[in-house]
Amino acid sequence: MKHLLDFQGWSKGSLENVLETAKVMSDVLDRPVKKVPALQGFTICNVFFENSTRTRLSFELAARRMSADVLTFTSATSSTTKGESLQDTISTLEQMRVDCFIVRHGASGAAHSVNKFTKAKVVNAGDGRRAHPTQALLDAFTLQQRFGSLEGLEIAIVGDVRHSRVARSNAELLPKLGAKVRLCAPATLLPRELEADGVTLTTNLKEAVSGAHAVMALRLQLERMNTGYLPSLEEYRATYQVNSKTMKHARENALIMHPGPMNRDLEIEGDLADHNKSVILEQVRNGVPVRMAVLYHLLVGKS
Amino acid sequence: MVALPKNGVIMKIEIKNAKLSDGSSQDVLIENGLIVAALSGAADVSIDGSRYLVTPALIDPHAHLRVPGQEEKETLETGLMAAVAGGYGSVVSMPNTSPAVDEPELVQKLIRDAEALGLARLFPSAALTRGREGKLLSDAAALKAAGAVMLTDDGGTNEDAGVLRRGLEYAHALGLVVSVHAEDASLRGDGVINEGHTSEHLGLPGNPVAAEAARIARDLEICALTGSRLHVQHLSSARGLALVREAKTRGLPVTCEVAPHHLTLTDTLFASERFYCDPVLKVAPPLRSQSDCLALLEGLRDGTVDCIGTDHAPHTTAEKQRDMLEAPFGIANIEITFPLLYTRFVETGKLELSKLLELMTSGATNMLGWTAPTLEIGSVADIAIFDLNTTKTVDSKTFKTKARFDSPWQGEALRGWAVCTIVRGKIAFDSR
Amino acid sequence: MNFLIGGIMKNAEFKARLLEPDDIRRAVTRIAHEIIERNKGAQNLAIVGVHTRGIPLAARIAQKIVELEGVQVPNGKLDITLYRDDLSEVGLQPIVRQTEVPFDISSRRIVMVDDVFYTGRTARAGLDALIDLGRPSSIQLAVLIDRGHRELPIRADYVGKNIPTSRQEIVKVKLLETDGEDAVELYELRGEVLG
Repeated sequence: MKHLLDFQGWSKGSLENVLETAKVMSDVLDRPVKKVPALQGFTICNVFFENSTRTRLSFELAARRMSADVLTFTSATSSTTKGESLQDTISTLEQMRVDCFIVRHGASGAAHSVNKFTKAKVVNAGDGRRAHPTQALLDAFTLQQRFGSLEGLEIAIVGDVRHSRVARSNAELLPKLGAKVRLCAPATLLPRELEADGVTLTTNLKEAVSGAHAVMALRLQLERMNTGYLPSLEEYRATYQVNSKTMKHARENALIMHPGPMNRDLEIEGDLADHNKSVILEQVRNGVPVRMAVLYHLLVGKS
Repeated sequence: MVALPKNGVIMKIEIKNAKLSDGSSQDVLIENGLIVAALSGAADVSIDGSRYLVTPALIDPHAHLRVPGQEEKETLETGLMAAVAGGYGSVVSMPNTSPAVDEPELVQKLIRDAEALGLARLFPSAALTRGREGKLLSDAAALKAAGAVMLTDDGGTNEDAGVLRRGLEYAHALGLVVSVHAEDASLRGDGVINEGHTSEHLGLPGNPVAAEAARIARDLEICALTGSRLHVQHLSSARGLALVREAKTRGLPVTCEVAPHHLTLTDTLFASERFYCDPVLKVAPPLRSQSDCLALLEGLRDGTVDCIGTDHAPHTTAEKQRDMLEAPFGIANIEITFPLLYTRFVETGKLELSKLLELMTSGATNMLGWTAPTLEIGSVADIAIFDLNTTKTVDSKTFKTKARFDSPWQGEALRGWAVCTIVRGKIAFDSR
Repeated sequence: MNFLIGGIMKNAEFKARLLEPDDIRRAVTRIAHEIIERNKGAQNLAIVGVHTRGIPLAARIAQKIVELEGVQVPNGKLDITLYRDDLSEVGLQPIVRQTEVPFDISSRRIVMVDDVFYTGRTARAGLDALIDLGRPSSIQLAVLIDRGHRELPIRADYVGKNIPTSRQEIVKVKLLETDGEDAVELYELRGEVLG
C-alpha cells in the first residue's frame, strides 16, 4: 500500500495481517533488546500541524524501534499562516529523502493532500474530525488481545462523536473486522449520517452499553459548552459519563477504553479509569507495536 | 488571434450571415458603437457569421473583481479580460473589496478605470451598509449618482433584519435593487460544505440548506412588508428556490439568480478521488445535492430563476491550496459559464438555447430594471459570437483571470466557446 | 509449478527428485549424531528452527537427540523477516511470524536449523535475530541441503546433503508437517508468470 489515510482500500485480510504483525512487534518490545533492524536505512518524517505529543512520541518510538531515522516537523499553527503552503512544506521535506510522512493536521483531507504531493508513503496520524486510523487499529488490537477475535463483539463508543476522528475511524474499522459499533452521544453531538452497516446510533447511554464487550469514552472538549452543543458539564456528567453504574449494563467482563487524554470525572469516572477492567494504559502501550506494524507494512510491502 | 490596440481603432464591423439564437440568419453591421442598417464605407473587419452563434453580449449580474485592495486575486484588467473571453459585455461587480465600495468616489474610480481598459463594461454595485457591516446604511443616493447599479452586502449576510428593511425601503425609493447573500449566519456556523452525508463522513463542518431557506423566508417577509425590489443572489437549494417561486406567485417584487457551479456540481464530489476534501470546490453558499441541481435547472426552465450570475470569485492558487477550513470560498468561472451551460444543458436538450441566452442577457437587465439588449438597428453594439461546434477542454492554466487554480471543470470537453466579443462597437476579444 | 520469488510469481519446470523420505530421515539422524558428537553430548543444547521448514526439521532433530541421549533439548522457532537485508524478498504484503523461543538462550549452545542453505543471507539474519534474544555461548548451523552460491562468509556446521545447483534452479524441500510429504525436488526457472 502507498498509504494509510483511512481504511479505504484495505481488505479485512490485510488489516488482520497488520494486527498479526503488531503481535510480533509487541513481542519484540518485551525483549531485552527492544529493537529490530527492519527499517534500517529508511527515513520517516513526522509532520504535525496540531499539538499531539502522545501520538507523535508513539510514532517516533515505533520508527526508532525498527531502526528507521526519524525527523520531526511540528508547527502549532499550520505553515500556511506563515505564507508557506502545505505543498511547499512537503516538497521541501521530501528533498531530505523521506520515505514516509506521518501527518497530523486540523483539517479533514490534509493527509490526502500530502499523499498527492509526495511519492513517499503517507500515514494519517489524524486529520480534522475525519480519521485517525492508527488509533482505531490500536483499539482493535487491544480488543483482539483480550477477546482473541473481534468477530461478534459489541463496542459502545460514548461521547462527542460529532467532533471525533477516533469515533469515525473505529466506526469504519471495527465493523470491517466483524464487530458491531454503537455510537452514543447527546443528539447535538451525534450526526445521524454516521449510521451504517454494523454501526448504530443512540442517544440513550443504557441502550448503548447494554450487552457491550467494551465501552469507550471519548474526550469531551470543554469549549463545546460555549458553542451551544451542551447545556452544562453537570448535565453531561449526569447523562453520559461512563462510570461504574453505566458498566453494570455492560457484559460482566466488559473492557473500559479511552483514546486519551482523559478528562477524569467528566466523560469517565476517575476511579473507573484505574479499574482492573480498564485497558486505557494498554491502549497507549499497544500504540507502538501497531504503528510499527503499519510502518513496516507500508515501507516494506510493495504498493 | 488578431492583435488589436486597446480601445481599438476599428470602427466598421460586418458580421455576414450571422446565425441568431432563433435559427435565423442576418447580417449584423456595426459602426460608431451602434448596430446600423448600412456601413458608411468598407468594413474594417468582416466576420463570417454563418459558422457562429451571434447574440447580444452576455451580462453578468454578479462577479467579484476584487478591486480595490485585493489585486493579488484579480485586477480590473484580468477580470474584465476574462469576462470578454467568456462572451460577457457587461459585468456587475460586487462591493466586498478592501475597502468595501461604500463611497461614491470608489464607484466613480471603478467606472473610470474600467472605461480606460476598453474591455467589458463595468457596472459597480455598492455596499448597502457602511463597510458592509450590516449596521448603518451607506449613502445610497450619492452612490447611485456615482453610477452604482445595485446595493448589496454580498458575502455579508445582513443579520440585522431591521437594517435590511430600512435599506430596502430607502433603495426602492431610489429605484435601486437590493440583492442579498441569503444565509443565516448562526445556522451556517463554521460550515464549509453542505451539511449532509458527505460533510458528516468527512468530518467537515456542515452548512445546512436550512441556513439558506430560513434566510430567504425572512427576507421575503421583509420584501412583502416593504414592497421593495429584492434580488436573491446565488440561490443554491431546491428549498430556497421553492420559497422564491411561491413568493413570485404571491406577486412579490423578488428576483433571483443561480450560479453555474450550483447547477453542475454537488457536495459528493468532496468524497471523490479527484476532489477529495479539495477547497477548489469550496464556495458559499455550498454545493448541494444532485436533487438541488435538478431543481435549479427546473427553475431555469419555468422562469422562477431570472438570471444566471457567475459569482466569479477569484483567489490566488496559494489561497485555494490551503486546507478545507482555511481556504477562501469561491470558484473562478466567468470564462467558461456559457460553454459549460451550453454543453451540459442545451446540447443535452434540457434547456432551450434561447432560454439560456435570455437568462444570461435580458434576465439581468430585467432584474436591474433596464431595457433588454437586442441586435436591432440602433442598439448599442455589445455582441458576443460563440462557436457551437468546436470542442475545447477546460484548462484553468489558460484562463485570462488571475485565478488559475485547478478548475472544478478542468479537462471537461465543452462547446460554445466565445470567439469574439464586441463591446461599444469595438472588438474587445477575438480568438478566431 | 509456480514459485513466489522476491514478490514475483515465477514458473519453474520439474527436473528431478533429489531425496526420498528415507533419505531425509537418514540425513536428520546423521545431523543429530554429529551434533551430539561435536558438542560432547546434549547438555546445555537448544535447537532453533528458522521459519518455515526449519521449524519441523528442528523438531525432528531435537526428537532424535532425545532418543539417542535421553536428554530433553529445548527447541524454538525463529522468524527472521524483520532482520532481512534484502527487502525485495518480501512480497506484496509482508508476512511476519512470531518468534517463539520460550527459554533463555544465554550461555546455551544453539543449533540454528534451516532447510536450504543458499546465499547465506537468511543465516546472517538468523544470527542477528538470535543475538538480539540473548548471548548464547555458541551458535551452530544445521541445514538439510547446501546448494552453494554463498554471498557471505558463512558456512554450515552440519549438512544433510550437498547439491551443486545453478542459479536458475530452485531446490524445493517438502516436509510432512508443512507440505504433506517428505521430499526434496529440483526445478528449473522458466520465467515470470504474467497477470
